[in-house]
Amino acid sequence: MADLVTLTIDGRTVKAAPGTLVIDAAKQNGIEIPSFCYYEGLSLQAACRMCLVEIEKAPKLMVGCTTPVAEGMVVRTDSPAVRTARKMTLEFLLTNHPLDCPVCDKGGECELQDMVFRYGAGESRFAEMKHHVDEKQWSPVVFYDGPRCILCYRCVRVCNEGMGVGALGITNRGVTAEIAPNKGDHLECDECGACIDICPVGALTSGTYRYKTRPWEMEYDATICGHCSNGCKTTLGVRNGQIIRANNRDKSGVNGEFLCIKGRYGFDFVHSEERLQSPLKRVGDKFEEISWAEALATVAGKFKAIKERGGKFGVIGSNQTTNEENFYLRKFVREGLGAPNIDHRRTGDVGALLQALGGKQGALATVGDLYLTKAALVIGSDLSQQHPLLAYQLRANKRHHNAHLYVVAPGAVREDQYAFKSVRAAAGGELAALEGLRDSLKAEADLTILFGDSLQGEAVGKLVAFADSLGIPVKYVPLVDYSNSRGAFDMGVGPAEGGLDYNGIVSATDLDAVWVVGENPLKDKALGSTGAFVVVQDLFLTETAKRADIVLPSASAYEKNGTVTSVTGEVQKLKSGAKVMGAKPDLEIIGLIGKEMGLNLGLIWKSDKVFEEIRKTVKGYDLPLPILTTGGAAQASAAEVMSSEQRAASIQSSRDTLFTSGTLGRYSKMLQSVMESPGGLYRG
Amino acid sequence: MPQFNEPSPLEVKILTKRFQLPNSASIDTYLATDGYKAFLKAREMTPEQIVEEVKVSTLRGRGGAGFPTGMKWSFVPRNSPKPKYVICNADEGEPGTCKDRLLMEFDPHQLIEGMMIAGLAVDAHKGYIYIRGEYRYLIEIMDKAIAEAYARGWLGKNIQGTGFDFDCYTHTGAGSYECGEETALLESLEGKRGVPRLKPPFPAVSGAFQSPTILNNVETYAAVPAIIRDGGAAFAALGTPKNGGTRLFCLSGHLNKPGVYELPMGFNLLRMINEVGGGVRNGKKLKAVIPGGSSCPVLRADECDIPMDYDSLAKAKSMAGSGGVIILDEDTCMVRAAMRLMKFYQHESCGWCVPCREGTTWLKKILVRFHDGRGERQDIDMIGELSKSILGRTFCPLGDAAAMPTIAFVEKFRDEFEAHLNGKCPYGQH
Amino acid sequence: MLLYAQDEVGQVTEELIAEVASRCGVTPLQVDEVVGYYTMLHRKPLGKFHIQVCTNIACMITGGQELYEHVCKKLGVGNRGITEDGLFSVEEVECMGSCSWAPAVQVNYDFHHYMTPEKLDALIDAIRQTRKAQ
Repeated sequence: MADLVTLTIDGRTVKAAPGTLVIDAAKQNGIEIPSFCYYEGLSLQAACRMCLVEIEKAPKLMVGCTTPVAEGMVVRTDSPAVRTARKMTLEFLLTNHPLDCPVCDKGGECELQDMVFRYGAGESRFAEMKHHVDEKQWSPVVFYDGPRCILCYRCVRVCNEGMGVGALGITNRGVTAEIAPNKGDHLECDECGACIDICPVGALTSGTYRYKTRPWEMEYDATICGHCSNGCKTTLGVRNGQIIRANNRDKSGVNGEFLCIKGRYGFDFVHSEERLQSPLKRVGDKFEEISWAEALATVAGKFKAIKERGGKFGVIGSNQTTNEENFYLRKFVREGLGAPNIDHRRTGDVGALLQALGGKQGALATVGDLYLTKAALVIGSDLSQQHPLLAYQLRANKRHHNAHLYVVAPGAVREDQYAFKSVRAAAGGELAALEGLRDSLKAEADLTILFGDSLQGEAVGKLVAFADSLGIPVKYVPLVDYSNSRGAFDMGVGPAEGGLDYNGIVSATDLDAVWVVGENPLKDKALGSTGAFVVVQDLFLTETAKRADIVLPSASAYEKNGTVTSVTGEVQKLKSGAKVMGAKPDLEIIGLIGKEMGLNLGLIWKSDKVFEEIRKTVKGYDLPLPILTTGGAAQASAAEVMSSEQRAASIQSSRDTLFTSGTLGRYSKMLQSVMESPGGLYRG
Repeated sequence: MPQFNEPSPLEVKILTKRFQLPNSASIDTYLATDGYKAFLKAREMTPEQIVEEVKVSTLRGRGGAGFPTGMKWSFVPRNSPKPKYVICNADEGEPGTCKDRLLMEFDPHQLIEGMMIAGLAVDAHKGYIYIRGEYRYLIEIMDKAIAEAYARGWLGKNIQGTGFDFDCYTHTGAGSYECGEETALLESLEGKRGVPRLKPPFPAVSGAFQSPTILNNVETYAAVPAIIRDGGAAFAALGTPKNGGTRLFCLSGHLNKPGVYELPMGFNLLRMINEVGGGVRNGKKLKAVIPGGSSCPVLRADECDIPMDYDSLAKAKSMAGSGGVIILDEDTCMVRAAMRLMKFYQHESCGWCVPCREGTTWLKKILVRFHDGRGERQDIDMIGELSKSILGRTFCPLGDAAAMPTIAFVEKFRDEFEAHLNGKCPYGQH
Repeated sequence: MLLYAQDEVGQVTEELIAEVASRCGVTPLQVDEVVGYYTMLHRKPLGKFHIQVCTNIACMITGGQELYEHVCKKLGVGNRGITEDGLFSVEEVECMGSCSWAPAVQVNYDFHHYMTPEKLDALIDAIRQTRKAQ
């Protein structure tokens, strides 16, 4: 590392790395230089002029956000000249800014308000007419109020640079300049809402949140998004048990401030009118609401009877319930029921990769690694649609470090736009296509390989052999679909020797009981065991739930505690925020069924107790609690030995897009209302 | 063909020496009058020698900032592997300025030759002339001259067997004063919004298409052939120390004979008004002069006995700017002048940075209201104070250009602002 | 490119933006941003003869403002207005580099110096005559 530069800021001698901007050097030392347009990670603008500082020997005030530190530099951030300049800049900004703070969504958390409070004038001398244009709606998600806009261009940059979408621009000039959407009067984009969250004022507001509440009326719970496998932290704004909004402005979690539409706006399924709020019992063709006591007693009685007469159980766990729930379910089924038939839906072949790696440690990439890897290879995945955070990390890596991205995909993907090399290969042809990239890949310093469900079993083994032959360090991300797909796998929710797998359970004709916890296997299939007693735990009356004899309403990820494991094997804690009357977490439901049955599993159904057990008994999960309890992510190391239950017979990704989310998506009005056809943004 | 003024006998015609010749724009006329000789001479010199000669001439940028041209050229990194560009700023838009037009209309080859010599000096082989959109007929003239030069082997590959290649293109603007700012011009040249860029990197290091670029005004390039041909010292001797050569002064406003005249640097302003421009028209008295285009602080009549060069005007707290000398007679309402100029800057502000975008808008609104007779006493101070809040705090010099003259109007003609407080313009100019 | 395209089409249309975008390999939004920036690019149609009157300082003090008001009145249109027959439009413009020969008017791309209301009237009438003759 190069020698540090010594400079003085406000009389304090500080050190900073060469090339550090004055604004950052100040921040590192706890001195705030205010700014609107400067935004870490995005390109420099120097447009807002809030960060003007005094630098000795400079003839005029200098811009803190573009001036790099220099040896011996003397900076003053709080001199009378600086204070006057800030005050005037704010007075200028307020000339055309409507002072409609009382009805503005941003009121209370507006950077302009805060700045005026701290640095501004107490009065305005502006006595002229303000420039006004009407507010516009650009999509179900995005509203733009031009007069409030201070033209910091954060939204334009985050859309272009951060998301790789480029749906926002600037039109007109001077005081009439304003942000413009890509389709004239509306937006065609990912509807991720990054532009809204990054807006320092109330110029961009969201269709879900606007005029619903004041920010100080909400409680905030940082939890993990319940949709895809990327493990984004999303902070729920909750009022009276109701989620009003979700964002990640504190940049906590593996995702920083990134969220896609699902993480920001897809929470509304929680409060869907279709949520189940009472246990249901089948009576003829209809369901009748029954009490929890009756439901649990019925299920326990049936299970006990079937177990006692040696009947057959088939149990399906979930890709979206917690590690604790899956662990407990597996224990319940194996030890409590003594049944071998348990599995979950597989969406990527994690098992084959772990087997091929043969216990090699450090071979699985984290989300953070994707920002630092020198090269990445994406095989068979439309990454920005299916794994938006992973795609975001690679884009940022390309933008900041010029990482090389290689794409092997059957059709056009957004990654093509900035890929170093991109080749088309149909499923099955990927490994052949890789040979064409061999020489380029060999020349890379290191590589991270992300592969989808088109590589399974032996093919994964061949991929690892190919990577080993490159002679460079290689890490992997086996892509899976849902928020806890990886956890369900790690918790061993798979058949015992000779047991039925997922498809086997659905198609078997001789099962006496089928128990489905948070999955929808009968979405487009009928259950083979027509005479089976069926218990379904779910949020909604899905196709599977409709086949049930007893339906138990379960709580969503946003209503419970526990841990989930992301696509990169990073374990993070959920924190319950929302409340929905009548529903119970799956862990509690499973525990209560056991209690009713009189089972003693030697483990109480409390999520932290179960997690303690997981740490002791699940390979790779001996994770540091301080990291997890403080909201951090810890990567589970690869399982050393593959047991038979972790191998899968059939694996298929459901190829969700940004606007779908398995069965959950259809219960989110916001996702439904976004009309864009996925992939419509691909250029060329 | 538009009409222009007659020349003055007091002129020293270096850059304009071919203006009165028949067919002055044709390559034949040019070649018959020492044309392209300077290029051949420069070809025999080293790049360092060319830059040195320009430094000796004390030629300073004629666009407005007055930066020493030789020094600017010396900033271009010689060993850059990237192609380098020579760009001519023909976006003449500073109110009061109308000289580059003539240099292109009557002597286009002189400009081309100047750019070629610049190419030799910095090892560039491509030149672009960025001409404002309104000057469509000049684009046609320049394109014709460029075609002639290609046809006669004065542009293209291996020019006149010297082994030097140089290509030249025109590019049109589309209505934006801001594109006269060098980095905004580069953005516009690359087909984008004419919004200025962050500096550094300066264009000399990373300009057009992220390559080293030198950017000069039309008149600056047009002076180069004479400097190389007759020597930098001879050019320097025409003017005052550090303010070498002649320049084209654009006299406008209340004169008997307004026009564009080539005069030595340091020519006295009063003589310019009275002897070259034929005095203030209609026998009126002189009130004030804007000495170098609208961005330059106004001079009161009593400040006008001054040599017109960069340093003398800077000493008088104004600027030589782009050579636009606007003469205002005793009947001119200075509030109206200030108001009209602020309207201009507000209209041309690109909107990028806050003080310029919001500041010019606010000032325009106050000045319009003020001139309409709805001003209040505290507005006068506020106009000055707001202008000072723009000055030195904007992204590019446009903010300064708007602020400086306004500050001067308020300071020097405060009585006229006060006279508007009784509800109407004392000059009846509403 | 946009300016030349506009000269041919008469105004900047959505189709024109799409065409330019595809030729330059950029998004229509990027072209749209450029159109919004430059004053010589118009989304609305102009008259066959677009009369641009400079009212900036040098022209203003030599009668440019009065000239502008005169022509607006004569043609019965406001700024950027277009006459009913589509023949003329008027625009108040910023300095066009004719300060020493002020006041100046530009009709399409042709400059007219030392302008007076009478000369402008004559010019407009002459254009009308020629059009009628055709």
